Amino acid sequence: MNGSASAPLIEVKDLGVRLNTSRGPAQAVRGVSFSLRRGETLGLVGESGCGKSVTALALMGLLPDSAVVSGSIRLEGSELVGLLDARYCKLRGNRISMIFQEPMTALNPMHTIGRQVAEPLRRHTGCATGEARKQAIALLDRVGLPDAARRVDAYPHQFSGGQRQRITIAMALACQPDVLIADEPTTALDVTIQGQILDLIADLVEERGMSMILISHDLGVIAENVQRMMVMYGGTVVESGETNAVFTRMGHPYTQGLFRARPKLGARKGTRLTTIAGTVPELADLPAGCTFADRCGIVVERCRTALPPAVDVGAGHGVRCIRTDVSMASAPRAGA
Amino acid sequence: MSVFLLRRILTLVATLFAASVIIFLVLDALPGNAAQMLMGADASPDAVRALTVKLGLDQPLTVRYLLWIKGMASGDLGNSYVYGTPVAGLIAERLVLTIPLAIMSMLITVVLALTAGIYTAANHNRFGDVGVMSLTQVGIALPNFWFAILLILLFAVKLQLLAAGGFAGWDDGIWPGIKSLLLPAISLAVVQAAILARVTRSAVLEVLREDFVRTARAKGLGKREVLWRHVLRNAMIPVMTVMGLQFANLLAGTIVIENVFYLPGLGRLIFQSIANRDLIVVRNCVMLLAAMVVIVNFVVDVLYAFIDPRIKVANL
Repeated sequence: MNGSASAPLIEVKDLGVRLNTSRGPAQAVRGVSFSLRRGETLGLVGESGCGKSVTALALMGLLPDSAVVSGSIRLEGSELVGLLDARYCKLRGNRISMIFQEPMTALNPMHTIGRQVAEPLRRHTGCATGEARKQAIALLDRVGLPDAARRVDAYPHQFSGGQRQRITIAMALACQPDVLIADEPTTALDVTIQGQILDLIADLVEERGMSMILISHDLGVIAENVQRMMVMYGGTVVESGETNAVFTRMGHPYTQGLFRARPKLGARKGTRLTTIAGTVPELADLPAGCTFADRCGIVVERCRTALPPAVDVGAGHGVRCIRTDVSMASAPRAGA
Repeated sequence: MSVFLLRRILTLVATLFAASVIIFLVLDALPGNAAQMLMGADASPDAVRALTVKLGLDQPLTVRYLLWIKGMASGDLGNSYVYGTPVAGLIAERLVLTIPLAIMSMLITVVLALTAGIYTAANHNRFGDVGVMSLTQVGIALPNFWFAILLILLFAVKLQLLAAGGFAGWDDGIWPGIKSLLLPAISLAVVQAAILARVTRSAVLEVLREDFVRTARAKGLGKREVLWRHVLRNAMIPVMTVMGLQFANLLAGTIVIENVFYLPGLGRLIFQSIANRDLIVVRNCVMLLAAMVVIVNFVVDVLYAFIDPRIKVANL
């Protein structure tokens, strides 16, 4: 734990991921750069297939063997891209942890929850079975699993979705990681449970001084839970900045479209939901220029020639668009 | 657990009952009179009638069936029409060979299949996977009696390591007996192992795609640890199901293989009894085979509950 407080915990530079899909090679992520300080929270938002989960899996070193990762991911200065799996295993679940989207299938149905929560402890801290079990009970208690001491020997199928997500959170936190990656942690849950789980995650992040990367397709979840955010589309970051700054001045036509497309409470019955015209481009054949060009309302010929650079439109607020002058003149504002 | 077990036991008894009725009716419906067959075509009708009464064949169908069931319960299966000795003794004598043969063959099957299945799944789409899977394809296409003859040519004729046939018995210790059953057991096992290896491979591959495998990796477990600790137990259910079904195939296979290797086992007894129209022996042997298959599958069902914690609850 060296370095000053301002040194980044995680530094990602020009991350690229090429996946081999059934439709041929696909550049799932390109040119993604960001850094995350200790205790900082970052949100990744975008539609399915935009590359946000692939980015997370790249950080975890859990992409399929056939994936080609380029660029650099540094954890406290040490390079993770190209790290041997055996050495990566010492980081996963120990310094970087991840919570997944599907609590119903993320737990092994054949093992007791106590064993599964204790597994990272036994793996990384080398503590004995009895001690690991005691710690597992304490963790399950902390994440709010009712009657943890009695239910520690129960199996996953005996719990509800929300309870199972609490169990996976306990598992991810077991070794006090520096970074928690939460990939759509509440998408599969009932709305009433979603808030509870997000509050729990927020409390734990604060309490343990962890950094967090929260992935969601839900702008509301991002707005309420992270300090900084990145909007991803077609494998690239189209907009990034302080959450407040982005929501007050949305720069990219895609971010604006995403914001307009959210369902609104109080809208009159029969009002059609606003959508973004067109569909997400196939990653296997992305256009040469701006990935959003085909769906953009203010597209010009120049947008299709090359991938636009990120333009700084305010303190640390970057927008990957060459027409911010037009787009930001009519930007929607949160709360407006 | 007790409700689960009770239900399975009831199913077991019902299946055995159904099997006994079918076996009895089918053998009874065969054309020809056993007494006539035994005495030859030119026996006097009086003598044939006397023998029919002596064998109890003049009694009504239900009475004969109930007498058979009663006999099975008391261990008295009657006497062989041909040898005149108790059927129970004849069968017991043969089981000493056939049960060890079946066990050896099942063991070889399981060891070969699990090794090949797990290895190929762990090396999915790599050279080793493609190679071993091509071999299993050949294995499935092999008739076991033909493969048995190849084994005899290689190990008995060419290398002269093992006997070409016959059974050494258990009197001189365990090794000579096992040695004489080795080639037959391998011949029976190879085809079954090829099928089971493919089932194991696809079961493991399917579990490897599950979300909890990624969770286990995210906790810091290596690929190998994930395979042994998380994947295999989940993959065992389909593998065990197929193993239970293969046991029936294995018993059917002994009829052919025991003939190829001149082994005095149950399969050979059935074969000879059919040829001799010794129906009382056939009936009891077939019933025994059916019971073995049903019981093995019952054991498999009970093992599911030990492997998968969800099954107990689902059936309570």
